[in-house]
Amino acid sequence: MRERIADIYGRLYLIRRVEETIADIYPTDKVRSPIHLSLGQEAIAAGVCAALRPDDMVFGSYRGHATYLAKGGDLNSMMAELFGKATGCTKGRGGSMHLADRDAGVMATSAIVGSTIANAAGYAFGLRSRGSDAVVVSFFGDGATEEGVFYETLNWAALRRLPMLFVCENNSYAIHTHISRRQATQRLVERVRTFGIEATGIDDGDVLRIATEAEAAACALREGQGPRLLECATYRLREHVGPGEDWALGYRSVREALPWIEKDQVDRLGEMLDLPERSGIQERVDAAIADALAFAEESPFPAAGDLWNDVFA
Amino acid sequence: MTQPRSMTQIEAIREAIWQEMERDDAVVVVGLGVDDPKAILGSTRGLAERFGPDRVMDTPLSEDGMTGACIGMAMAGLRPVHTHIRVDFLMLAMNQIVNVAAKSMHMSGGQQPVPLVVRAVIGRSWGQGAQHSQALHSMFMHVPGLKVVAPATALDAKGALTYAIRDDNPVIFIEHRMLHGFTSAVPPGEVLRGPGMCRVLRQGGDLTLVGISYMVPECLRAAEWLSTVGIECEVLDPVWLSPLDTDGINASVSRTGRLLVADNAWLACGASAEIVASACEALPASHHPVVGRVGFAPTPCPTSPTLEAAFYADAASIAREAFRLVTGEPPDADSGLDMPPEVREFKGPF
Repeated sequence: MRERIADIYGRLYLIRRVEETIADIYPTDKVRSPIHLSLGQEAIAAGVCAALRPDDMVFGSYRGHATYLAKGGDLNSMMAELFGKATGCTKGRGGSMHLADRDAGVMATSAIVGSTIANAAGYAFGLRSRGSDAVVVSFFGDGATEEGVFYETLNWAALRRLPMLFVCENNSYAIHTHISRRQATQRLVERVRTFGIEATGIDDGDVLRIATEAEAAACALREGQGPRLLECATYRLREHVGPGEDWALGYRSVREALPWIEKDQVDRLGEMLDLPERSGIQERVDAAIADALAFAEESPFPAAGDLWNDVFA
Repeated sequence: MTQPRSMTQIEAIREAIWQEMERDDAVVVVGLGVDDPKAILGSTRGLAERFGPDRVMDTPLSEDGMTGACIGMAMAGLRPVHTHIRVDFLMLAMNQIVNVAAKSMHMSGGQQPVPLVVRAVIGRSWGQGAQHSQALHSMFMHVPGLKVVAPATALDAKGALTYAIRDDNPVIFIEHRMLHGFTSAVPPGEVLRGPGMCRVLRQGGDLTLVGISYMVPECLRAAEWLSTVGIECEVLDPVWLSPLDTDGINASVSRTGRLLVADNAWLACGASAEIVASACEALPASHHPVVGRVGFAPTPCPTSPTLEAAFYADAASIAREAFRLVTGEPPDADSGLDMPPEVREFKGPF
């Protein structure tokens, strides 16, 4: 149990501190990429990825830093990517919105809402047809559940009983538009069940519950029981894109955020560990971030001629 | 038997898929109706029985989702051949083709090649209408990361499809319904036709005549008549539209000094514009060719036969424009070129 909490806390704290660090250095213009920070939403990626094996594959969205880090994506090459360096995880081509680390099981993240959901389903089909029992997780936001591709993929994944977990990170906002202004009903779990997909909603952001549900789902997927969906409520603490807070815009209130700040899962899990263990994790993560910043700083920019590489395989 | 034998283009397409599925178990065929009784005009007949339901998959319509799924399969190491009975349906898949398939390899720093073939058929005749007869190859030619091929003959269909399936990149494979019944000699074994060498189908010194897809046989018919009035055309079929063999086309244009492109498509921002522009760019100003283009009228495609006839370019309109380019005058005699039998006799429904 303590080991599990330490593992999840390590992921949570890593995401939290990386995102805060990026926000802190953003004004220097070293990060040459739009950023969609995961601050406040760490628990979903951390909880779900704690339930996965290294050979399981995740697909995510443009708000993908948490997904990448929670699955074990290389921190040095992520930071170098944000700096636009040749050593970046996509060689300075993808930036923040297209992080990928295939070896760590982070296949793709996308700036087109919903598009990786279908890619994840195809990947799940491919894995199974190659005889693997690995599973695929597709992370997406509540906005993606308004895209046709989401429903097309639910249908096909259910039809083919694919080893795929759909994870909806529901932060209630598509940029600045609240879900109540976008969806006639907010009964996603109910809707998804009509496809014959087992679906569970977690509305309190409890990272341990998310991890427990994801473990059960991963087990069921490996046994061939067909796809599942987790809808996890969460709250984005910073602006849609960029490093700052945006309470002054007036489309949402601090009061709405307070319950989420009070039950912050990074603090909560940290407090469940004894101090030496917690400090040990923090020191290890802080050192890794310092190393990654130095690595990104020292790495060269790609040569102009690299533009022409990898257009075709 | 290793001697080439005569077969239709649709048989050649089926043979290419069959042989690639035998050779490589990563090859899968995906699409609405690929295992149904009509078997995509016969091109997928027998595949499901031979290779099983996990490699020959019927799908929900879901063009967007299924294209995305095929991309995911390709990322996982499969080599999907995603099949559409009409090009028009690809408009529902543009996000996945343009935003994902074309960009994954580059955007991921080389981590995510997408070995995907998208087969799509251009319809024509018998009232197919505005949404069943479009030829949108130039839209795909516009996007880096995609390859586009539109073979005219059975031989090139087999060779190009075999090449496309083995290619590690997304390839848009454009078929034309009127070409499916055309026969040519096709070797029973492996045939590979990659980009790089356009076909020279007829030699001549007065005019370079480039035909695309179904305009290839129409160019040949036009060239035959033109020869009777003393105009000798060099007829070229690029086969691959992206990458395009501009060197091969421009070498011919530099000899003839005249270039006419007949595209089975609209002209604006099209393959014909690309071919003409690249010839003008490549040749010195003193050798700039006289150029012309024929293709669809800039209207949606109608269904009534008289309107259809006015919409399409054909051997007669190609011959008229070629004559004008070479002599500066319209021809005084009617070419007598009429509607070819495959168009006249087509009764659909697909």
